[in-house]
Amino acid sequence: MTSTTATGRGGVRTSPRPGAPRITSRLREAAVGYGFLAPNLILMAVFLFWPILWAIGLSFQETKGFGDPEWVGLDNYAKLVGDPVFWQSLWNTVVLTVFTVPIDMIGGLGLAVLLNSVLPGRGVFRTIIVLPMVISGVASGMIAVIIFYQSTGIINKTLLALGLPAVEWQSGSIPAMLSVIIASIWLRIGFNMIIYLAGLQGISPELYEAARIDGASRWQQFRSITVPLVGPSTFFLLIMNVIASFQAFDLIFVMTGGGPGYSTSVLGTYAYRNGFQIREQGYGAAIGVVLLVITLAFTYIQWRTSRTRDLVE
Amino acid sequence: MAIDSPLALDQPIQKRRRGRRDGHPLALAGRVAIAVVVSAIVIFPLYWMLVVAFSPRGELFTQELRYWPSTLTLENFETVFSRFPVADWFVNSVVIGLFVTAFTVVVNMLAGYAFARLKFPGNTAIFLLVLSTMMIPVQVIMVAQFKLVSGLGIAGTYWSVILPSAAAAFGIFLARQFIISIPNELIEAARIDGAGHVRIFVQIVLPLCKPLLAVLTLLTLMGTWNDFAWPLIALKDPDLFTLPIGLLYLKGQTTPDYNAIMALALISVIPIVILFLVFQRYFVQGFARSGIR
Repeated sequence: MTSTTATGRGGVRTSPRPGAPRITSRLREAAVGYGFLAPNLILMAVFLFWPILWAIGLSFQETKGFGDPEWVGLDNYAKLVGDPVFWQSLWNTVVLTVFTVPIDMIGGLGLAVLLNSVLPGRGVFRTIIVLPMVISGVASGMIAVIIFYQSTGIINKTLLALGLPAVEWQSGSIPAMLSVIIASIWLRIGFNMIIYLAGLQGISPELYEAARIDGASRWQQFRSITVPLVGPSTFFLLIMNVIASFQAFDLIFVMTGGGPGYSTSVLGTYAYRNGFQIREQGYGAAIGVVLLVITLAFTYIQWRTSRTRDLVE
Repeated sequence: MAIDSPLALDQPIQKRRRGRRDGHPLALAGRVAIAVVVSAIVIFPLYWMLVVAFSPRGELFTQELRYWPSTLTLENFETVFSRFPVADWFVNSVVIGLFVTAFTVVVNMLAGYAFARLKFPGNTAIFLLVLSTMMIPVQVIMVAQFKLVSGLGIAGTYWSVILPSAAAAFGIFLARQFIISIPNELIEAARIDGAGHVRIFVQIVLPLCKPLLAVLTLLTLMGTWNDFAWPLIALKDPDLFTLPIGLLYLKGQTTPDYNAIMALALISVIPIVILFLVFQRYFVQGFARSGIR
């Protein structure tokens, strides 16, 4: 990527007309550059950077009811440490991530390999598996509510008809979490498949031919050619999936609202609950800041480890 | 429809491989079986939305096990349209979607061109800063952003949704990557002819960016159409709701009518599914390109 950038700009760097004053031309180019960026930078400054600073400020304040906000230092963060619901929400967020991300990625890669091979009706299968990606989290959540409905939902009725016990999707903590995990995977696996399909298409078929001539089995080819060569896709997907999972909100908010109790409460829904339902805005902001720090830390570690790996290889 | 327009990524590879590596008929049958089973599982929730939306009210919410409606009915659609301002919600979704998309595409194209082709102090640093905003969860800024739109006097209006949504980095990343790949010679030639940056952007770069514009438009439209958390916070007047907020509003009724909810879910899903089926090549290119980096 870096090399492309250099070539991209290299041509512009040379003075356009021989004899034209270099410095003026450079100044003009810089002015045009900032001018082109201005609409975006203004929007981001007003609607992203300023609110972030504000949110960090809020996380050091207490705003209860209609009184003026009060500076309370680290009280909100101290409260977080002693709040069992916060720890449960963090734990649930980790559980959601640990279960959905590997299944999304391994399943996505498996489906990509399957639907990259010769298969009748391959295009139809691809379309179907990608389709949930365009469905909103809210609509998906509503469908999930009906399917997992405990008393008269289609899954439990089918289980009963098969002579199996019904599952407590709504009243049981673990089944409720499981239903959220299943719905999240349904919503995201198509995205993983598409990214891996694009990655697979970048692998030269000659590599597989050479491996076959050397007598490598299918599994060996998969392990030694496919997996390493879709590495950039894996890196990208790991970051995207983990972020999406840590910031999960729509689907869970609609499906369970964090319940029963707090058994499916995640950081995203708990921050919303504090910020807008209980109206402890300072506390909600503190949860948001924790979410941001975790996200940034993860991205940074991922980025560092992948750079190191690139250097080693 | 899907049969005629498969996700067209790799026809050539298929030809090269046919008959050599995937030849065994049993293996082929196994792969078809897996594909059929996975597709059936994935499509079932959407099938179920259709079934519930067109079933007589309450029919599927008894102990009786059935997988299709006894009769097809439109009563659920009549219910949602007569009891809720669904037409308004639809129009709100369309208006907000079009405004956000128009703003975002213009802003992102300008920024993408600047990052890709113009030299100015801080280019790379600003680009990384802009990119890092993709990591910001809406939950971090929502309280402050709500106070902000209230302070600006636009709380509860279309603008409170449109303006913050247009501050998105994803499209800038796509635009920069695409514009970098435009051959330098074209731009150099225009510069030698004395064209300024604005003219180069409008007359040379934009016409070459049609696939990018298609991808940006579709992805932004889809993201805005499905957006939930921020509109939920920003829009308070039921007449101004978008479809996802309307769906939640239906569920919040004292006795939620799930047949009506599925009818509205279907209404909210259909436009975007049609867009996807018609333009899936562009959707896929957009996602794929974002993955290739």
